[in-house]
Amino acid sequence: MKIIVLVKEVPDTYGERKLDLETGLADRAASEAVLDEISERALEVALSYADSAPDTEVVVLSMAPESAAATIRKGLAMGAASAVHVTDPALAGADLGLTARTLAAAIRRTGFDLVITGNLSTDGSGGVLPAMLAELLEVPNMTALSVVEVTADSVTGTRSADDGDMRVRAPLPAVISINEALPDARFPNFKGIMAAKKKPFETLSAADLGVDPEDVSAPASIMTAIAEKPPRSAGVKITDEGDGGTKIAEYLIENRLV
Amino acid sequence: MTDHPADSILVLLQATATGELAKSTAGLLGAAAQIGTPVALIVADSAQSQALAEQAAAAGAERVLVAEPDSSSAQLPVPMVDALAAAAAAVAPDAVLVSNSIEGRDVAGRFAARTNAPIAVDVVGVSRDEEGVVAHHSVYGGSYNVDSAATFGPLVVTVRQGAVEARADARPVAVETLEVAASNAPAATIESFEPAAESSSRPELRGATRVVSGGRGLGSAENFALVEELADALGAAVGASRAAVDAGYVPATHQVGQTGVSVSPQLYIALGISGAIQHRAGMQTAKNIVAVNKDPDAPIFEVADFGVVGDVFTIVPQLISALSERKR
Repeated sequence: MKIIVLVKEVPDTYGERKLDLETGLADRAASEAVLDEISERALEVALSYADSAPDTEVVVLSMAPESAAATIRKGLAMGAASAVHVTDPALAGADLGLTARTLAAAIRRTGFDLVITGNLSTDGSGGVLPAMLAELLEVPNMTALSVVEVTADSVTGTRSADDGDMRVRAPLPAVISINEALPDARFPNFKGIMAAKKKPFETLSAADLGVDPEDVSAPASIMTAIAEKPPRSAGVKITDEGDGGTKIAEYLIENRLV
Repeated sequence: MTDHPADSILVLLQATATGELAKSTAGLLGAAAQIGTPVALIVADSAQSQALAEQAAAAGAERVLVAEPDSSSAQLPVPMVDALAAAAAAVAPDAVLVSNSIEGRDVAGRFAARTNAPIAVDVVGVSRDEEGVVAHHSVYGGSYNVDSAATFGPLVVTVRQGAVEARADARPVAVETLEVAASNAPAATIESFEPAAESSSRPELRGATRVVSGGRGLGSAENFALVEELADALGAAVGASRAAVDAGYVPATHQVGQTGVSVSPQLYIALGISGAIQHRAGMQTAKNIVAVNKDPDAPIFEVADFGVVGDVFTIVPQLISALSERKR
C-alpha cells in the first residue's frame, strides 16, 4: 500500500500573517513558516495505519517554494519514508486549477493507493483541492472525515457533512480529506530527525511533470486587487466594580444593539 | 432547450435531509441577482422538486432547472457534479455560484477540475465590472480584502455561508427539467446517514446578527449554560473558542475561529475567551465586540470595543437581569 499525504507549509497562525501588497503573494518573511497542523494530522492517519500494516509506504508531497524544504522534511522526521517537493519559480502565485493539475501530475508520477489531505489549510481556507484532485485522478473522494478506517483495498469513515454525519466507503485508489477531530500528530523524536536526513527527498520542477505554468490557453483565476484592512483598535476597558453587567447593558442600549 | 439570458448566473442550491432548501439559498440567489439573472439548479426527485422550485423562485430564482438524481444518488458527490456540468452546458453562465459548505466545495471543486474553469473560493461578495464578474475575498482572518476574477470564461465561486446580506426579489415560478448524462466517474458510496439533532430554536451561528461565545473561562459544560442564557436573552447564536470545544463544553459546530466558523455579526460578546489570534481570525470583522475576562492582559481586549475585566459568573447574570428589566 502506498499512501501519499499532501502537506502544506503555512504562516504560523500564532503570529501576524502578511500579504505583499505589491505582488499579492504571501509575505513569507513576515511570519514563521510551519507545517500546517491539519497536514500533520493527515500524516498521523497514514503513519498510524503504517504502524499496523508494515507493507505500507508513506510519502509526503508538497508544492511549495524552495525554502519550504525544511518544513517538508519534518514529515520525514515524523516517520514518512520519502518526500516529493514540487518547486518551480514559475508556480509562484499559481491558482487552484494550476495547483491541482501540478499536484495530480506529481501524484500520478509517484503512484498511489490512497491520497490523504487536510480538509482546509489555515492560510487559503479553500477546501476544494481534494475534490479537484479526485476528479483529475479519476478516483472517488470522501472529504471532511472525522473517523478513518483503512483496509488493504478500501477506506471507510465518518464524514461530517452539512446537516449530519454519514458513513461512507470507497474502494482504493481514492482521495480523502480529514478534519481536526482526528488525533494530534506524533512528535518527531531525535532518532526520527537523524533518520530523516538519509531518506529519499525528490525535487521536481513543473517541466519534470509535463506542466506548463505559462500556458494561457487555459482560463485562470487572477488576483485583481488587494487592500489591507486597518487594524482594529481597542475601545473602552473597565474593571468590574460590582456594576460590570449593568455597564455592558448600558453600552448595548446606547449603541442600539438590543 | 429554452434560450437563457446572456447574463445568466447559475446557482447550485442544496436541499437538506428534511426536504427544505439549505439556509445558504437566500444569500446565493441574492449574490447572483447582484451580477446577473439567477438561474437555479436543484437536484431532487420529482416528489420534492416542485416544492423546492417554488422555494427557489420565492428567494429570487428567475428560472429553476430540476435534475432527477439517477439510482446512484448514494454516490458522493458525482451525480451533483454531472447535473451541474449539464446545467452549465445548457445555460452558458457568466459565473457558477455554489455554497462554501462541505458538500458545495466538493461539487465546485470537481466541476471546476472537470470543465477546466477557474475557481474563486470562500468568497464574501461578488460584483461585476466592465470585464466581467469579480469575486471578493476576506483573507487571513479578515486582515486583507482581495479581489479575483477569471482571465476568461465563467468563474466558479464558492460563497461563504452567511456572508452575503443582499436578497433577491421573489420571481414567478418557472421550472425546466434538465436531462443529465451520467459520467459514471468513480465515486464513494454513502452507507448511512445520521441527521444532526436540531439543537434548539436559536439562530444559526453562520450569518447570525448577534453571537455570544464562551471560552475556557467558563470552566465546565454545566457552566457553559450561562453563555446560552445570555444568548437567549439577546436572541443570539451561541459560539465558542477552540479551547472550550476541546474541553468538551460544546460541540465543534459552535467553534468560532481560524479552524471553525468565521462570523461578522453586528454584536459579538466574548465571555471567558482569552482571544488567541486564531480565535480573533474568526470574529474580528464583527461590528461591535464586547469582552468579559478576568485577566486584564487577555488579548481579546485589544479588539474589544467595550471590555470588562472581571468575573463572568457575577457580570453575566447581572447583564441578563438588566436586559430582562428593560424588556418589562
